[in-house]
Amino acid sequence: MHMVSTHSLIACHDCDLLHRKHSLREGERATCSRCGAVLYQKKPDSLERTLILALTNLILFVLANVFPFMSFQLQGREQVTLLISGGIELFHQGFWQLAFLVIAVGVFFPLLKILGTLYVLIPLKFNRKIWRAQEVFRLVGALTPWAMMEVFMLGVIVAYVKLIDLATIVLGISLFSFAALIVVVALADSALDAEEVWERMESAQ
Amino acid sequence: MSDVLTTAARASLLNCHTCHRLSMARRLSVGCHAVCSRCGAVLHYRKPNSLARTWALTLAAYILYIPANLLPIMTVISYGEGAPDTIMSGVKHLIEAEMYPIALLVFFASIIVPMAKLITVTCLLISVQKKSRWRPKDRTVLYRVTEGIGRWSMLDIFMIAILAALVKLGSIATIEPGAGAISFAAVVIITMFAAMSFDPRLIWDAMEEKR
Ligand SMILES: [Zn+2]
Repeated sequence: MHMVSTHSLIACHDCDLLHRKHSLREGERATCSRCGAVLYQKKPDSLERTLILALTNLILFVLANVFPFMSFQLQGREQVTLLISGGIELFHQGFWQLAFLVIAVGVFFPLLKILGTLYVLIPLKFNRKIWRAQEVFRLVGALTPWAMMEVFMLGVIVAYVKLIDLATIVLGISLFSFAALIVVVALADSALDAEEVWERMESAQ
Repeated sequence: MSDVLTTAARASLLNCHTCHRLSMARRLSVGCHAVCSRCGAVLHYRKPNSLARTWALTLAAYILYIPANLLPIMTVISYGEGAPDTIMSGVKHLIEAEMYPIALLVFFASIIVPMAKLITVTCLLISVQKKSRWRPKDRTVLYRVTEGIGRWSMLDIFMIAILAALVKLGSIATIEPGAGAISFAAVVIITMFAAMSFDPRLIWDAMEEKR
């Protein structure tokens, strides 16, 4: 038992059972024999694909924030909103706790995740480890459950349905960029192989 | 030869929560903590004070669950008259307007998910404390689902923010958030932290002990 290097073993994060690591073929995944959790997987061209997707996300994020998101027309009056307007309006109405929460999980954390991913992966692509790469990549992982753009989008759909009979709702460029952003973020998340990033970070300068 | 060895804890190995590198446990002097050699995260055999933390957060969420459901989450003010909406009445309006798919969606995300999450975490806590040997695999899957689904309850909070920003027509119509929305958001966030602080490996530790 002690002869085996710990690097050739992996423990299940859900039930703690130890397994020997095998090399996988691309697209394969290893699951825990006791509880079924995914232990590790080999994703094809993970670093390059994640990088391209993260750069796309950055562009989509900018588009989603500068153009009008939705506008509301009733009795000759029009109210144009941006992606961030909901959070700002909550702030104006004195609900600062909700304002911080909505802006954090709907806008700020997703941005931080995109920037953090790029910060770590761009130097890693050239086999360089940038200052505080480990901390930043840990942060990216910790932020994942708190970046809730897809839930935000569902909130948009419910709000839209509630208003559609009462007024004219115009969907802006930002809304479509935001929808695209959600799809590309999901693709980037599934393309990212965290194990590979940690391994590369260890061997990079 | 079988691939199955034993658990990491039995082999005196610490599994890093963040990067899943295994480290040999070493004796530490008082006040020090072990740190993962690869990613720098603090190492533990199990999440620290998992049961106490999860219980505290779950109980706090139960308490906040009451104002979250009783107080209005938003008020539509139209020509000076306000119509406050609770979570439940919001769903009722959607049913009355015959928007069944959306009504079902909101009902699921805002009412079923928070309640199911609180009950599930409570049951998991009790089962671990009683060192239950009942269906550990199913309980682990239940935990994974519970942890993953909680964020969808934020739906209502986002909806209120969007409505408040769009409907700002002075005396004709405005939408104001209500105090219930703060409690509801707190329930969602606290139950997310509760699920994160629960360690599913505790389910399996009971199986190990009696082996
Ligand atoms: Zn397992």
